[in-house]
Amino acid sequence: MAAPTGDWTTGTIIELDHPTDRLVRLRLHVDDRVDHLPGQHYVVRLRAPDDYTAQRSYSVASDPDDPLLELMVECLPGGEVSGHLHDVAEVGDVLELRGPIGGWFVWDGDVPAVCIAGGSGVVPVVAMTRYARRLGLQERLRVVVVARTWAELPYAAELQRYGAFIALTRENLGDRVAAPPYHDELAPYLDGVERAYVCGSVGFASYATRMLEESGIRSDTIRVEQFGESG
Amino acid sequence: MPVTRGFFGKRRPERPDRLPPGQYDTGSSWPTLTAEATPVLDVDTWTMTVDGLAARPHTWSWRELHALPDSTYFGDIHCVTTWSKFDMTFRGISVDTLLEVAMPMPEAQFVMAHSTTGYTTNLPLADVTGGKAWVVWEVDGKPLPRGHGGPVRLLVPHLYFWKSAKWVTRLELMERDRPGFWEQNGYHDRGDPWLEQRYQGDP
Repeated sequence: MAAPTGDWTTGTIIELDHPTDRLVRLRLHVDDRVDHLPGQHYVVRLRAPDDYTAQRSYSVASDPDDPLLELMVECLPGGEVSGHLHDVAEVGDVLELRGPIGGWFVWDGDVPAVCIAGGSGVVPVVAMTRYARRLGLQERLRVVVVARTWAELPYAAELQRYGAFIALTRENLGDRVAAPPYHDELAPYLDGVERAYVCGSVGFASYATRMLEESGIRSDTIRVEQFGESG
Repeated sequence: MPVTRGFFGKRRPERPDRLPPGQYDTGSSWPTLTAEATPVLDVDTWTMTVDGLAARPHTWSWRELHALPDSTYFGDIHCVTTWSKFDMTFRGISVDTLLEVAMPMPEAQFVMAHSTTGYTTNLPLADVTGGKAWVVWEVDGKPLPRGHGGPVRLLVPHLYFWKSAKWVTRLELMERDRPGFWEQNGYHDRGDPWLEQRYQGDP
C-alpha cells in the first residue's frame, strides 16, 4: 500500500502544553488534512516577515482517527524551529504544514513488529500504539523504550499502560535497576516479529540496531528513523 | 502563506548564494541519516557493476576501481532534511570513467543506483554524466566513515543527498524511469535542491 502524501497547507494550534521543560506538545487543526499512517511525519515551516523561512520535520504522535494532529517537539539547544515552537508559539497561531510524508517508517498492522525507541524517538511509536489499540492489534506490536529518566520520557505513563518494556538508564523503575536493556529482557519482545522499527538519536539507532542484530533479527527487516542535531 | 506570529529567524545565511531555499548551513557537523541497519562492508568481496542497457556491462573489484584515474569533488552538499554542508572534499572516481568502459546504449536515459543493503535511488542519466557524479571512498582526506556510506558511496552533489547512495554496488542503466527507495516513499524523482524538489509532486 502506498503511503498517503499531503501538500502544503496550514494548521491552527488548538492545544499546547509543556509536558517537561524540554518538550512541547502541539495539537493542531489541519486544513484539508490528508490522514496519515502511523509513523509518518509532517514538515513545519516558519515564515518571518521578510519571507525568510525555516522548516523541520516532526513525527506525528496522534492516531489517524484523531480529529487533531499531535506533534511532540523536543526543544534542542539553539533550535531555530523547535525553540520557536517551545518558547513563542501559542494557541491560535497558524503554522505552515506539509504532510503526511514518508512511506518507509510506517506500520499499518500488516506484520507483527517490534519498536525500539530511545527518548523522544517514541513519538512515531506512540502513533503506532494508539492505532494498534483502537484496532485491537496490540498483539502485533510490541514496544521497547529506553530513556534516561521517567520524567524525560515523553508519553511514559501511556507507553507503560500499553505494555511497553521501559528501560531507564539513570534511575530505577520499580525493582528494575538503572541499565540499558539486556538481551534476555529484549528476547520475549522479539519472538515472532517480522519487522523491527528503530527510532531515536543517531547514537541510539546504531546501538539498537546492533542489539537487534545480535539477537538474531535480520538486518533487512530493520527500519530506522534517526534524528540528530538539526534542531 | 502566512507570516508566523513572533518568528523572525535567527539563522540568516552568511552565504545565501550557496544555500538553496529552505536549507541551513550545518557548519562543522555532518548529520547521519540512514533508513536501514548500517552494513559492515568487506572491500575484498565488494564489487562495483555497471549493467542494464550497457553495450559492455562491467564489474570492478575494489583494487581494479582504485587503479582507474581518480577524481576529486570540492564543494557543497545538500540534504533534504534541510541541512547543507559547505566546502567538502570527496575523492574517488568519476562515474564518467565507469560509463566509458560500460558504454550506455542510446536508449539508456535513466540510472538506478543499487546499494549492498538493497537501497535504491533513481536518477536521470544526464545527472550522473559530464563530471557531475562520482563513486567516492575518501572525504576530507580520510577514508569515508561507515555511517556516511563507507567504505564507498555514490556522490551526486548537485542533487539532494539521498541520491548519493551509500554502500553503492551497482548502476543499472534503464530506458524508463522507475522509482527507487525514497522515491517510492514520497520523495522526488529528480531532487534538485535549487528547485526545492523534495517530495513527489514538487514542480
